[in-house]
Amino acid sequence: MSNRALLAALALLCAVLFAASVLTGPADAGIRDSLVALFHDDGGPLTLVMREIRLPRAVLGLMAGASLGLAGAAIQGFLRNPLAEPGLIGVSASAALGAVLAIHTGLAATAVLALPLSGLAGALVAVALILGIAGGAGQGGLEHGRGGSFGLILAGVAVSAFAGALTSLVLNLSPNPFAASEIVFWLMGSLADRSWAEVWTALPVMAAGWALLVFAARDLDALTLGEEAASSLGVNLSRLRLTIVLGVAAAVGATTAVAGAIGFVGLVVPHLLRSAVGGLPSRLLPASALGGAALVLAADIAVRLILPERDLKLGVMMALVGTPVFLHLIHRIRRGA
Amino acid sequence: MLIRWAFAAAVALAPLGAAAGAAAGAEVPRRVVSINLCTDQLAMALAAPGQLLSVSALAHDPRTSLMAEQAGDFPANHGRAEEIYLMRPDLVLASTFTTPATLSMLRRLNVPVVTFEPEVSLDGITASILQMGDALGRADQAAAMARDFRRDLAALRRAAGDDAPVAATWAANGYMTGTRTLSSDVLRAAGFSLLAERLGLEVGAMIPLELLLMADPDAVVVGPSGSAPARADDVVHHPALARSGAERIEVDDREWICGLPAVLDLARELGSTRARLSGQTGEPSR
Repeated sequence: MSNRALLAALALLCAVLFAASVLTGPADAGIRDSLVALFHDDGGPLTLVMREIRLPRAVLGLMAGASLGLAGAAIQGFLRNPLAEPGLIGVSASAALGAVLAIHTGLAATAVLALPLSGLAGALVAVALILGIAGGAGQGGLEHGRGGSFGLILAGVAVSAFAGALTSLVLNLSPNPFAASEIVFWLMGSLADRSWAEVWTALPVMAAGWALLVFAARDLDALTLGEEAASSLGVNLSRLRLTIVLGVAAAVGATTAVAGAIGFVGLVVPHLLRSAVGGLPSRLLPASALGGAALVLAADIAVRLILPERDLKLGVMMALVGTPVFLHLIHRIRRGA
Repeated sequence: MLIRWAFAAAVALAPLGAAAGAAAGAEVPRRVVSINLCTDQLAMALAAPGQLLSVSALAHDPRTSLMAEQAGDFPANHGRAEEIYLMRPDLVLASTFTTPATLSMLRRLNVPVVTFEPEVSLDGITASILQMGDALGRADQAAAMARDFRRDLAALRRAAGDDAPVAATWAANGYMTGTRTLSSDVLRAAGFSLLAERLGLEVGAMIPLELLLMADPDAVVVGPSGSAPARADDVVHHPALARSGAERIEVDDREWICGLPAVLDLARELGSTRARLSGQTGEPSR
């Protein structure tokens, strides 16, 4: 399949899933009624549900999935390691900590962008830390290959556990009696009952992240030849590093701040699409963004079909899909493939 | 209702033996410690001067207690068996929901304990008042309080018209209280009908915002804003709710967390909101 056909197919898949997401929900209205209510305001409650609950939920799913898919593909391209994924290396957990601190100190209420920017700040600490440990372009660090992969994952486990523990601590210290029940949301992620307010606050920060990562795509292509070859081709490795760090932190940070930590998207999607794009990062990035959006939309439909009246967390679906892929990848790396 | 009360009282009093006997008989307890927010407040209203030694820390907190000021006269306890035992009480007042480990520890130490059922209806409050009167040896005062309460409640129920607007309670994480709760009974006494009734909710459950909006209630009863921020409260402030046209009624949790005679003040307040809504909608009964 040509690259253009692949992107078109993925875009079509996203469109279908987007429509299905808008039509899925606990309020059992017919497809026809729902669509009529969506496009024509009859003053009834169904219009309100379609426009103020279903539509922002689907849009947020699209944005979150695209951010996570893109971030996963970019960081894997940079580290040349298929296990590098924002959730696994602790970026999502740290972003959640940043967002939780902002909400519970009251900072989030002071400015429109305070919440996604706090998510970004949390994510930034983790990305910088992980890249510092795992090395990567221009820094030496852990060797690429077996040791590198497992060093990266272990560092990620440590960062995740630390950030998760601090998140629990902050939520348990809150005088609000419901704060502690939020821990699940921050660990597993959910798009339930979000509004346009979350869409508009997250979008600017996410979009900045997308722009940075797309801007880095060409340099990532060169990096597939190795660091020295990339340098000789005129790639500024330290600038590339900074671009990736900021781009991943913005995309994942803003996503996590409004939807919680949704894991495995950035692992599964690039893995499935890598061979279809010939392993070239500049092609993998847009394909992963579309694939990530499709995966999150599909998972968000599934949680509403399985338990329509409860808020089943997205992380449950993601783990069902993600864990087998993760184990398969580990198996392949151990065999030295 | 009466049968349920009798059953509840029997269950609550059954394992007490000595305590119930002491309270009902000639021996009036002199050193009473209450370790539950609701028994705290009822005991403060009924106890003789000097009879009550200590109330729980929650009773001192104005966010949860209606009687925080009076509670200032009593040292606070935190419901731990050790600290309670050291106060040498001859009666401990607790809820049937108090940690079982604490209660069994106190009983092993031969401290008499009386437990009270949490209130699920307004009629149950009369029962609790009388039970408290028995436990404290203040039966006459309790009988008077119960009589006034029944009279005020009957007056309130007479005032509720035929037109009953639909109300729904709505709290953090989208929690809606069910029909068998004190808050629902207060709303019914104020003349509302309940969305929980239509949804078949008895105890309460998390309800997706979508279902709340589709049910299109006339009023949504929420807690006040301004407590510590938490993401769990987002759904209470969702913009779709503001646009739905449902009247937003704010009720402080402490107003109806416990079955005290003071809930009737709240019910009267809700009743006047209901009367205004009935006038506004102008619909016949739904």
